[in-house]
Amino acid sequence: MTPEELGKLAAKEQKARSACKHRVNVCCAAGCASMNSDKIKDDLQSAIKEKGIADQVQVRSVGCMGLCAAGPLVSIESEGKSVMYKGVTDGDVSEVVESLEGKPIERLNLPTDMPFFARQEKIVLENCGVIDPERIEDYIAVGGYAALIKALTEMTPAGVVGEITRSGLRGRGGAGYPTGLKWGTVAKSPAREGRKYIVCNADEGDPGAFMDRSVLESDPHRVLEGMAIAAYAVGATHGFLYVRAEYPLAIKRLKRAISQAQKIGVLGANILSTTFSFNLEIRLGAGAFVCGEETALIASIEGNRGQPRPRPPYPAEFGLWGCPTLINNVETFANIAPIVDRGFRWFASIGTDKSKGTKVFALAGKIENTGLVEVPMGIKLRDIIEDIGGGIPDGGKFKAVQTGGPSGGCIPKQYMDMPIDYESVKEAGSIMGSGGMIVMDESSSMVDVAKYFMEFCKSESCGKCVPCRVGTAQMYDLLEKIHKGEGASDDLAMLESLCELVSQTSLCGLGQTAPNPVLSTLRYFRHEYLELLRDGQKELAAAGADKGKDGAV
Amino acid sequence: MTTMTASPSSAAHDIQVVTLKIDDQEVSASRNQTILQVAAENQIEIPTLCFMPGLKPMGSCRICLVELAGSPRLFAACVTRVSEGMTVITDSPRLRKYRKQIVELLFVERNHVCSVCVSNGRCELQALAVKLGITHITQPYRYDKMVVDSSHDLFRLDHNRCVLCTRCVRVCDQIEGAHVWDVAGRGIDCRITADLNLPWGDSDVCTSCGKCVHICPTGALTEKGTAVAEMRKQPDFLPYLTIMRENH
Ligand SMILES: Cc1cc2nc3c(=O)[nH]c(=O)nc-3n(C[C@H](O)[C@H](O)[C@H](O)COP(=O)(O)O)c2cc1C
Ligand code: SF4
Ligand code: SF4
Repeated sequence: MTPEELGKLAAKEQKARSACKHRVNVCCAAGCASMNSDKIKDDLQSAIKEKGIADQVQVRSVGCMGLCAAGPLVSIESEGKSVMYKGVTDGDVSEVVESLEGKPIERLNLPTDMPFFARQEKIVLENCGVIDPERIEDYIAVGGYAALIKALTEMTPAGVVGEITRSGLRGRGGAGYPTGLKWGTVAKSPAREGRKYIVCNADEGDPGAFMDRSVLESDPHRVLEGMAIAAYAVGATHGFLYVRAEYPLAIKRLKRAISQAQKIGVLGANILSTTFSFNLEIRLGAGAFVCGEETALIASIEGNRGQPRPRPPYPAEFGLWGCPTLINNVETFANIAPIVDRGFRWFASIGTDKSKGTKVFALAGKIENTGLVEVPMGIKLRDIIEDIGGGIPDGGKFKAVQTGGPSGGCIPKQYMDMPIDYESVKEAGSIMGSGGMIVMDESSSMVDVAKYFMEFCKSESCGKCVPCRVGTAQMYDLLEKIHKGEGASDDLAMLESLCELVSQTSLCGLGQTAPNPVLSTLRYFRHEYLELLRDGQKELAAAGADKGKDGAV
Repeated sequence: MTTMTASPSSAAHDIQVVTLKIDDQEVSASRNQTILQVAAENQIEIPTLCFMPGLKPMGSCRICLVELAGSPRLFAACVTRVSEGMTVITDSPRLRKYRKQIVELLFVERNHVCSVCVSNGRCELQALAVKLGITHITQPYRYDKMVVDSSHDLFRLDHNRCVLCTRCVRVCDQIEGAHVWDVAGRGIDCRITADLNLPWGDSDVCTSCGKCVHICPTGALTEKGTAVAEMRKQPDFLPYLTIMRENH
């Protein structure tokens, strides 16, 4: 297919869309699908056929609309107007069909101007819940693959790298490494036996995180397009998508997307009739958290035991089978097409000085609106929790928010007005991480939280290096002892000294960050530990004397 | 005809020799050497445990961690290559503290009561503890109960003494070419395992060469018929591992 033919396809698809009077979108991503939204879609379709209006109404299954807590969600666009329905059941189907020509159903109505929707800014998720993830035509109709055409026909590989560099995009996999810098390194590393690789890290193993999963389920072509552009920019011809096997729907949609893209000629040999070729394969991860670490991921793709190796050398120079390898996160790749399409200036105008663009968060825990949100970098924590999240349910009081999963920490309420960007979150003792956000109210015990994450790290440690293998197990035992009220100040001192050892000497990021949940809860909620110690009263009294020191931030 | 004249700029990327500083000593090295190799050549001793010349280094025991000036991170000397102008610090209060703590973690992980071990007096873990000045253990012991595999005709594997250095795994794979050993499990549950979790004696591929036994730093792999302090490892072949591997 040539770029012109692709343009024609987009025009045809858009025309077919506007010919329809009503477009009914049913969310069929994992959250709503678990509440039988597939059946609701089928029922809607047959009810519309029965009514004889099938030629005016298009019913489609789309990806995640974000407010998973209120699912199954159905949105209806009719001649410029749109309504959204929440908690739709089988029994509501006929009423929904009737309402197409009448008034919206009050009972089910979900106001789209509520802060949950209005305060978000969507780049990564802009197509989620809007297009049918199983149809490449849908993606093309909203401008999909136009960025790839632009890159291949109007830009040099170095030009693409420059565009990404100047956009200020940073890796969304956790560490926030500048994406353009990484691309530049891979581009400059000499290929080994003519080979370089692109890898998309879709291992998403943080408990409670489902950002990447939603993107893959709702807009898989966006990720493929990002990877193809990356391949062109760094000079790679082959890529892997490393997806955890626990995401069957994402895998199914990716497989379908890859074969559609190959058929239409945006993947494979001589893409869009140019000399550029790029092939993609899916590899399944078997659910080890550590396999998300880039060197362990490489070992796993190569067919070895998934455990990290010391860096340097970094994968950018020495990756898969010793070849230069670009590894980026799903969300990072999902940002590429819009940047190439709309230009780096547009992207760099969103966010803060050092953190550009948006970030997707999975809101969970003690919060009214659980689900997926995308916000501009630099937004205040308060805006996410109170406006978008709708605050704490049942009149509860906010205590802290946990970000960054097992590698992150708890941010207490004195940071409510802190802007959310890589540097600020780090300063507050946590990390941006991949986007998990667990809200806790006054009823949560911080020692409990620390213990939970340490148990996770202990069981997910690969066991290769001594400090992480034995240190996390020892720290877990100490936390359990303290939690049970059997600990003394010696135990707390030992815990703190192990935190230092494990963070400083572990081989990979898992061990290096495993103490973070303990360190951050100790920093802000030390009294909760002291209260549990057999001999904590003295230090508690001493701490009480200069109370407010750390609290008054 | 043009003659090739070497200019400094054209040679720049071919330069193979670098100079660096290790503990205030200026040393020269070849660019593909590791810090550990260069230190050893210059009689600067960095303690190690999982390292064995001739086997692929793992950087996993973390005993050989060193500081590099200008970086807050620590680097495993066995896997980190030298570079021009590098300043390496192999000994500092911080490093000494961490090395002691790491060895201590090994002592609490499994049963290393030396007085009842066949390798007493000839054990690298024991020697390391002495060298680092570890006189007592401050951490609570774990001592998870583990089995002893005596199914092999000649040798014995006592998991209680294993420090998971994977020297046995590597020597069997990289030198003997049999690949009997592997690591199974995750985290604190990791174990050395023969074939696909068979008793060692049932392994089809073990050649009974004994390399793993003699390369094992502790009393985990030993010859049968040895009692307390009787096990004598035969390290005579170890210096030739590099040559053996090159001839492979
Ligand atoms: C224990 C551990 C788990 C990780 N898991 C993931 C993951 O699930 N997904 C991911 O994208 N990155 C993960 N990372 C980060 C990757 O190593 C790597 O930095 C990232 O994929 C790079 O992509 P980015 O530059 O686009 O962020 C993990 C890192 C560690 C240490
Ligand atoms: S830090 Fe933990 S997960 Fe990483 S290599 Fe060491 S043992 Fe494995
Ligand atoms: S058996 Fe010996 S050589 Fe093998 S991993 Fe254990 S301690 Fe190391």
